[in-house]
This record gives sequence, structure tokens and C-alpha cells, in this order.
Amino acid sequence: MSVAAAVTERIHWIGALDPGMRTFDVILKTPSGTTYNSYCVRGSEGVAIIDTVKLECADQFFARLQQFADYGEIRAIVLNHLEPDHSGCLPELLRRAPQAKLYVSESAQLMLKALVKQDGLAFVPVTTGDSVSLGDRTLRFLHTPYLHWPDTQCTYVPEERVLFSGDVFGCHFCDRRMFNDAVGDFRFAFEYYFHHIMRPFKRHVLDALALIEPLDLAAIAPSHGPILRDRPRDYVARYRELATPRLKRETDNGDRTLIVFYISSYGNTRRMAEAICDGAAEVPGLRLSLYDLEGSPVEPLVDLVEEADAILIGSPTINGDAVKPVWDLLSSFAGIHVKGKVAGAFGSFGWSGEAVRMIEDRLRGLKMRVPVAGVKVKLIPAREEILACRDFGRQVGEFLIGRQVTREIDFSELVSAA
Amino acid sequence: MAKARLTFADIGVSVTVPAGTRIIEVSEKVGSGIAYGCRESDCGTCLTTVESGMEHLSEKSPYEIATLAGHNVPANVRLACQTLVLGDAVIRPYGG
Ligand SMILES: Cc1cc2nc3c(=O)[nH]c(=O)nc-3n(C[C@H](O)[C@H](O)[C@H](O)COP(=O)(O)O)c2cc1C
Ligand code: FES
Repeated sequence: MSVAAAVTERIHWIGALDPGMRTFDVILKTPSGTTYNSYCVRGSEGVAIIDTVKLECADQFFARLQQFADYGEIRAIVLNHLEPDHSGCLPELLRRAPQAKLYVSESAQLMLKALVKQDGLAFVPVTTGDSVSLGDRTLRFLHTPYLHWPDTQCTYVPEERVLFSGDVFGCHFCDRRMFNDAVGDFRFAFEYYFHHIMRPFKRHVLDALALIEPLDLAAIAPSHGPILRDRPRDYVARYRELATPRLKRETDNGDRTLIVFYISSYGNTRRMAEAICDGAAEVPGLRLSLYDLEGSPVEPLVDLVEEADAILIGSPTINGDAVKPVWDLLSSFAGIHVKGKVAGAFGSFGWSGEAVRMIEDRLRGLKMRVPVAGVKVKLIPAREEILACRDFGRQVGEFLIGRQVTREIDFSELVSAA
Repeated sequence: MAKARLTFADIGVSVTVPAGTRIIEVSEKVGSGIAYGCRESDCGTCLTTVESGMEHLSEKSPYEIATLAGHNVPANVRLACQTLVLGDAVIRPYGG
């Protein structure tokens, strides 16, 4: 089981290969399997272990660890991320190295207790600016939460210029040659991992990059996939590119973006959508788009939503529900950041009209803001109903540019509406 | 029953509620940007900035104090899932 292991003279990879893994975390495909990377850092006054591996791979982990250190030398154990594929061997490691101190991020404390259900588990919470000395080598911590769990952090060893980045810059790719200049072509895996794991947290990625970019980097050692020792900065730059909003770069004139999506069998909901756009168009400073959900697969529409400030969704009520393309779109929002965006719903119906309320509930459930109550029209919109749609579009537009309409309501209205 | 006026500054909506109503019960129905996760003072998803009326809100429980401390937030931030409205207050999502 020979695997390229030396990151530097003082840092060794002691992780596990899992070439047979095909589906990860339910949501990811892993056509070449994956690796769980842990590392051993040697200082003049002790050894640190950075992350462990999943429990099923314990034999590989402990066998490799023993090649580079005795358990009695371990002074520090750092968990950069508590997901079980990195924390799985922690209890056994603590049993073998009881003298070692455990370091986790400040935000990881409650989670640690839920994962390692063990009384009296001692640990030291750390954040940006904190460091631990191993004699002639130092562990410096960077607080980089939500990449991709609340607890995540990075650890930097300045004397070696190596960053242990956790899942950041990682990917599911299994190749025992281990280094980015030696393994096969893993570009797809790198991009795919960002897209499925980091994408909902782009803002947090940008915050983390602000801490990472100033570092002097000889190598980035992530917790999955190849170790990036050849041109590590290219990967940092690629993360910045992937996390930076594109539309804002192209049209940074302060315009707010509003997208109206609809789907319509007989054209009634479409007529409403057009009137809503007409109303919104009366508000200055809006960049407006209108899309028929029937005309596109979901993915490109999700890209639009990711960079929009507001979205409105129109659906007829069919068999007591909004229609499937609407739910397909809404179910894809978990992969992007939508919390706090402005949203609303509208639609034509025949007799019961459940769709609008159901969409609004889902929008609120996604933590979007729904400042203007949706419009429902029975069958074909009449003239005054078209005017109500225009009003709705204008009100949402005005809300977006900060011309806020204030409303007074009684709690009982909310309760009966729900 | 005593009434209180809870204003959501981010969407410009004021709701008259019975005193003793939890913020989260109102915020999720009104479509303000205040989000919730666990609803039990654990995750800190529902962090809410109190612009005025802190003195009209229920006392913090030890759990709320611990969660707020874990998020390093200023003194005028509360958890919407824990806080009862006892009198008039103006709030908005934390950081929003
Ligand atoms: C990619 C990913 C994203 C997650 N997102 C959340 C989340 O947003 N909120 C949450 O409470 N838990 C989240 N979790 C944690 C899981 O719900 C948790 O690990 C759970 O115990 C998994 O249950 P299972 O073993 O039945 O899959 C996430 C886990 C993964 C792997
Ligand atoms: S919803 Fe989790 S702390 Fe309030």
C-alpha cells in the first residue's frame, strides 16, 4: 500500500484511500472514489495530527500514523471539520494518545458533543489569531466557518508554508500518487466539488479567501483528493473566480435584478406575469427578466436565481398544487444561497387556488423575504385584475430599490392566513 | 389581553400581537428575512438585531446566552426562536 506521503520533510500524509466510493453524502457522485486526508506534523517538541479519517478506514490511518510517529509523541490533534469522514477515528486516537490536546474551532463545540457522545471529552476552542507551538513548528488557526459546515476552520504551519484547508480546495479523487503534479487529470473533480459543496456558501468562501490569500503558500493540503503543491495559488485564484458573482462584475451600476418566472397552460398566468413585469418596469433602477419555466431545463435558471436580488414565481393551480416545473426549480435552491432574497408568487386558478400560498410557504421556508402578498386571479384576468398584477410588480420593485411601503397588520390576519 | 407592536424594519411591516408571543411565530408568517433552523436555541440561525425595545423583550435563558456567546454578536442581538414580545419593539435580521 505504498502511497506518496511526504508533503515536506516535517509533514506526512497519513490518510486513507477509498477507491470504491461512488456516492458521497447522498448528493455527490465520485467516479474515481475519494481519499480522506490526514496529516502528521513534526515539531521539535511534539507531533500534531491534523484530521482523522472515516471509521471504516481506521486500519489504514493508524498503520500510516505509526510509520511516522509514536502515540506518546502526539501533543495536538486538530479537527478542521467534524464531519464523520474526518472525525471518525477521533475517539480511538484519543484512546491511544490520551495526553494529546484536541483543538476545534469555536463554532464546533456543540457539534463535537453531538458527534462524540463521550462524557468529559476535553478540547480547546480556537479561532483566527490563536496558535499552538510544537517547538520549532507552529499551528496557526484560521476561522473559516460554513465551508461547508458551521464548524469548519483551516490550520497553517508558517515554517513549512503549508495550509491544511479542510474541505476547501478538496475534491473526491482517488490516486495514490497524491500530488497535483503527479495524479491524473482531476480538474473535473475539483470544479464538481466546488459546485456541489461550496456553492451555497460563496460569501463565506470570499471571507475565507481574505484570510488565505495573504499567506505564503508552498502547498495546500486539503482533506480530500490531491495535495496541491504545484502552483497552489492557481487553486486559490480559481476559488475566488468561482465565488465572485458574475452579473455584478458585468453590470456594476447599482441596478437591482428581478426575475419573473411563470408557467401557464392557457396563457392566464402568462398574462399575469407580463402585467407584473410592466408594473415593475415603472420602477427605475431595475434589471428585469421574464422566463417561461417550460422553455428551459432547471440548471441555467438556478444560475440566474443565484445572482438575482428578487424572484417572482407564477403557477396555475393544477390538481390542488403548483405544477412540477415550479417545484423542480424550488427544490434546486438548496444548492445556492437564497436566504434573504426578495420573493413572491402569483397565479391563475379555477376553483380552489392553492398554488400561490404553497409557493409562498416554500419561499418563506427557504428563508427568503416575501414582503408583498401574492396575487391570485380566478381564470382569465379581467382589466382590474391586470391592474392588480401591475401594482404587485410595482410594489415588489419599489421594495427592492428601498422605497419601502410600510404596512400595519394584526396578528390574527397572519394566523388565519396560514 | 395586553398587546404589543412588533415592527420588522427590513420589510416595513408592523404587527400587533398579543403580549407573550414569540418573535419566530410572527416573523415566519410575515415573510421577514429572519430565518429559523432548530427552533430550540441551538443553531443561532435566527439571530435578530433589536433596534429598539430591548427592555420590552423576555429575559435571556442560560441556553440563549450560551448560543449568543458562541456567535460573538453584539449585545442588541437576540434569538428570535427564544424571545417573547412583551411590549413594542423594532427588529431586523442580524446582518441583514
Ligand atoms: C453536504 C451536507 C450538508 C448538510 N447540511 C446540513 C444543514 O444544512 N443543516 C443540518 O442541520 N444538517 C446538515 N447536515 C448534517 C446531516 O443532517 C447530519 O450529518 C445527519 O446526521 C445525517 O444523517 P444520515 O446519517 O441519516 O444521513 C449536512 C450534511 C452534509 C453531508
Ligand atoms: S432557530 Fe436555532 S437558535 Fe433559534
